[in-house]
Amino acid sequence: MTTALSIKNLKKTYDTGFQALKGINLEVEQGDFFALLGPNGAGKSTTIGIICSLVNKSSGTVEIFGKDIDENFSLAKKDLGVVPQEFNFSMFEKVIDIVSTQAGFYGLNRKQAMEKSEHYLKKLGLWDKRNEKARFLSGGMKRRLMIVRALVHEPRLLILDEPTAGVDIELRRSMWEFMKEINDAGTTIILTTHYLEEAESLCRNIAIIDQGQIVKNTDMRSLLTQLSTETFILDVRDDIKDLPALGAYNIQQIDSRCFEVEVEKEQHLNSIFSILSEQGIEVISMRNKVNRLEELFVSLVENSVPNLTNGAVEEVAK
Amino acid sequence: MSWQEKWIAFKTILNREIRRYMRIWLQTLIPPAITTGLYFVIFGNLIGSRIGEMGGYDYMQFIVPGLIMMAVITNSYANVVASFYNTKFQRHIEEMLVSPLPNYIILTGYILGGVSRGIIVGIIVTIMSLFFSDLVVENILITITVVFLTAVLFSIFGFINAVFANSFDDISIVPTFILTPLTYLGGVFYSINLLPEFWRSVSMANPILYMVNTFRYGILGVSDIDITWAFVAIIIFIVGFYMYALHLLNSGRGIRS
Repeated sequence: MTTALSIKNLKKTYDTGFQALKGINLEVEQGDFFALLGPNGAGKSTTIGIICSLVNKSSGTVEIFGKDIDENFSLAKKDLGVVPQEFNFSMFEKVIDIVSTQAGFYGLNRKQAMEKSEHYLKKLGLWDKRNEKARFLSGGMKRRLMIVRALVHEPRLLILDEPTAGVDIELRRSMWEFMKEINDAGTTIILTTHYLEEAESLCRNIAIIDQGQIVKNTDMRSLLTQLSTETFILDVRDDIKDLPALGAYNIQQIDSRCFEVEVEKEQHLNSIFSILSEQGIEVISMRNKVNRLEELFVSLVENSVPNLTNGAVEEVAK
Repeated sequence: MSWQEKWIAFKTILNREIRRYMRIWLQTLIPPAITTGLYFVIFGNLIGSRIGEMGGYDYMQFIVPGLIMMAVITNSYANVVASFYNTKFQRHIEEMLVSPLPNYIILTGYILGGVSRGIIVGIIVTIMSLFFSDLVVENILITITVVFLTAVLFSIFGFINAVFANSFDDISIVPTFILTPLTYLGGVFYSINLLPEFWRSVSMANPILYMVNTFRYGILGVSDIDITWAFVAIIIFIVGFYMYALHLLNSGRGIRS
């Protein structure tokens, strides 16, 4: 299997003395859909910035499909496409000009640039807006424009830095479909997002970065099996006055038709349903209380997530 | 990138630069024409007719080359400093930084963008001058070469200014406090032979004097200075400052954190 991205002992210390990356090692295989997660300020954007040449690294190496970004700059960059977090195109240019200009930066001639621009603008539903100036596009359209721009030279590695931030649910889902489609077609994707259900449903492998270090790097399935306890919320058809007796399971009532059950790793759900059936309680729906990945994520990075309750809130109030 | 791909990338930057100043032609191409037209009317026609001859030519003929050169200098500089700073400000510089573009292509693209605007404005001002004076070019090769080299040099200066600029104020400080005084004191409106010995020597340290005089030599055949030395000086400046600008880009000064 070819390695799409290889990062070795990557370090970054800013002029202020802040050490954003403390020696990161990371490998992403070709064709993967990879999640790079971490709390704000963990080092995700610095890592992506270094891969894309937007940030100077202090030390370490980065290779894209085996080509070092320092020694083989042009070849490495040709395989890379980036959708950044924030809008970074000229608001005064037309959509078609933004996309075709980007194609030109990769050496595509005018004819090729226009063909690719048309293809991807149509694919992302922006062809009708091609002659509009970028500043007149809606937020969702601007996000799609950045995806088109990143794809116009057909990179083999695509980095999506929070591509669905601030996007409505409908558009987010259509973007997920599109990402899956291009990944199925062979493009390796690295995704950073704060929507953990997005990472859970799209990505096969995951790295969690915290305080400039990779604290977890594994496949999604293995990571999720590390959850020792899952909490499920059960909705029942009829009102229940007293909580049903569920033996070894911890149970808590939410309201008269809803309660939550904690299920340990070694326990299973079948026995819960059997006990409830025996007691004449009909379950009409069930869901996870918290997204599973979110639960793991919080446990892995809990030291760096600021506690805004109690003392912190009091301090703000003063 | 192959040389063909680099050529395409270079043309892409140049086209974007041309598209940018053409899109806002009311701000970029018309004001210099109006300003220079006013110079021709006030200094050339109204005041110039009372001044008489300068350097063997009537005053209007004398100031035409200087005014054309002034327009070329200010516009090539203004184009690059405004465009590149804006690229940083709006962050679409990242479009180029993430691509395989070598830095010298980015730099050359911006410089030639500035040169193209400087020359277009120079042509507009030249056409305007024809309404006020008969313009006969003495040496076309020297005239074209010095205009091109001057536009290149001031485009590089504009680029360096944009790299260091952190605010819109920073891009107007150099033109206001350095470029304009040097241009006015660079022999656009007078011959330095009119100055006392001391101030003539001081004027010789002004690089714009060499460009204005070389251009004037190309058009009128008269100059206050040795034009060979002027060409050498301009080329040395271009090579030196181009390398410095490239070094700034390579190091990521003002562009990468």
